[in-house]
Amino acid sequence: MSRIQQTFARLDGQGRKALIPFITAGDPDAALTLPLMHALVEAGADVIELGVPFSDPMADGPTIQRASERALAKGMTLRKVLQLVGEFRKTDATTPVVLMGYANPIEAMGLEKFAQAASTVGVDGVLVVDYPPEEAAKFGAAMQACGMDPIFLIAPTSTVERIAQVAKIASGYVYYVSLAGVTGSGALNVDAVAERLPAIRAQTGLPVGVGFGIRDAATAARIAAFADAVVVGSRIIEEIEKSTVETACANVRTLVAEIRRGVDEVKK
Amino acid sequence: MSTIPYDFPDAHGHFGPYGGVFVAETLFGALDELKAAYAAAQADPAFRAEYEYELKHFVGRPSPIYHAKRWSELLGGAQIYLKREDLNHTGAHKVNNCIGQALLAKRMGKPRVIAETGAGQHGVATATVAARYGFECVVYMGSEDVRRQAANVYRMKLLGAKVVPVESGSKTLKDALNEAMRDWVTNIHNTFYIIGTVAGPHPYPMLVRDFQKIIGEECLEQMPEMTGRQPDAVIAAVGGGSNAMGIFYPYINQENVRLIGVEAAGDGVDTGRHAASLTAGVPGVLHGNRTYLLQDEDGQIIETHSVSAGLDYPGVGPEHAWLKDIGRAEYQPIRDDEALKAFHDLCRLEGIIPALESSHALAYAAKLAPTLPKDKILLVNLSGRGDKDMHTVAEKSGIQF
Repeated sequence: MSRIQQTFARLDGQGRKALIPFITAGDPDAALTLPLMHALVEAGADVIELGVPFSDPMADGPTIQRASERALAKGMTLRKVLQLVGEFRKTDATTPVVLMGYANPIEAMGLEKFAQAASTVGVDGVLVVDYPPEEAAKFGAAMQACGMDPIFLIAPTSTVERIAQVAKIASGYVYYVSLAGVTGSGALNVDAVAERLPAIRAQTGLPVGVGFGIRDAATAARIAAFADAVVVGSRIIEEIEKSTVETACANVRTLVAEIRRGVDEVKK
Repeated sequence: MSTIPYDFPDAHGHFGPYGGVFVAETLFGALDELKAAYAAAQADPAFRAEYEYELKHFVGRPSPIYHAKRWSELLGGAQIYLKREDLNHTGAHKVNNCIGQALLAKRMGKPRVIAETGAGQHGVATATVAARYGFECVVYMGSEDVRRQAANVYRMKLLGAKVVPVESGSKTLKDALNEAMRDWVTNIHNTFYIIGTVAGPHPYPMLVRDFQKIIGEECLEQMPEMTGRQPDAVIAAVGGGSNAMGIFYPYINQENVRLIGVEAAGDGVDTGRHAASLTAGVPGVLHGNRTYLLQDEDGQIIETHSVSAGLDYPGVGPEHAWLKDIGRAEYQPIRDDEALKAFHDLCRLEGIIPALESSHALAYAAKLAPTLPKDKILLVNLSGRGDKDMHTVAEKSGIQF
């Protein structure tokens, strides 16, 4: 059983929902990424999504764009992200780590080479934003051959046929993008998200995570009422932006612990 | 003349390993809607008729072909003919595509159009058709380009468009494209994205090519009328590659016609300061398609350099990548200084001020012509006029207005 499956099975047994925070590796600099990852776990993260910065993050809003730019300016690369995960694994053998990024840095390294390197350092899943199922056959096979989960997005505009296509090649969990927009957008309609979940569950037995636009404990609680996992990204990046290097970990810990309380208001 | 079969892209938008649909799931609905609308439009004779009517009466097509006799004589070799896209309304080939996409937007009932622009030519063409059809229009332009191309920014505003400066990344064309995609994904319900070149996710590379192939189709008829036969080579500048695909496409199956794309070598390909993706790039994924890209060893896209803002792009349309790999087209680099010399030569010898983009194609023709006999024919796509470039050329010559 993979670390991601174990995590969802454990939570299921406890009647709890998963909290999946996102940070960009190397933001604001590489030295802070490990302490931030541990702070996320201490505050109640069940899975960590670690962003791999890219020069052209087409699907991201301004907040995560800025995080990518800060990380790249400090020299973060895919190779260094993998080293960071290896370091994290030395002291945390249980929290799944999912890399989230764009296709080009991975293709520049080579799919097979990346898959082997990532699985060796202890990466559990990979979400490539610009690999839709149509273009992801080789990627999915390379991930699963190395024991990692290819994670895919489902959008409000995805048809039943497309959800079925994702269900065929995805493992770990699927990520439902809760609004038509970029990361960090406003206007999240929780009821509209809730209405879409049955269509997804009809196609896949995988846990369904919901993200995009979740900014506080109250919204997290409402999403956790029907989703299996709540993903929070831009709000955490904003907290890092507002903080100094000295205060970032403490501030992120406080924020994520608060959202955790929201998620835990829901019992299955 | 013998012909060879060519039928690309496939149903999923692939040109061999290139092209495709590399976008976040959120954009799929919009792309599927666009594919369906385009297929329906292609099957509708009324759509084609309206497109042709607009090209004739609003754009001024067909554009003529002109024999650059004095320049050819001076070069002392092959005869150079120019396809005069510079004479189109708005001064470049860009408007052909904008008319086609605007008519699609109208069919789809989208009241708002958006576009990305580098030098501002595609932005101006989009603003023009938006005014013509009564669309709300937003143009994304890197803040660095907004500063460099103040006259075009004002032209777009005169035409009623809103110009949004993009502050992210390198603040140039590629970042403007990222920002336009972000707008589109957020406003899919009422917005049509008019992409300016043969790049982006399927169906854009095919659709833009189809709306630009009128250039080559006219040449197929005009060249025999003027010279009694088809040219020996067709030469066009390649940034994203829309003017080149437009003139190449109808010639692809005419195997005796050489197709030569000319890339911006900036200060020289060996200096690292250039925009020659096909000459010096490697395949990767950017802006929704797989193609040749200028990138570092970690897969980050790198900044490009060219005197011509319209060629200043780190990728290239996927069909060019495919034509290069199968050997059907060849791609040659031309430096800033070579393009500037061709710019001045055409001004002084033929009374035509060419765009700096087109000047790259002219410069390669000037290199090739003297190596060929006088009865050979080179057809150059003069994709745009150079009025917009006068500040740049004056600056390079040390002149201030």
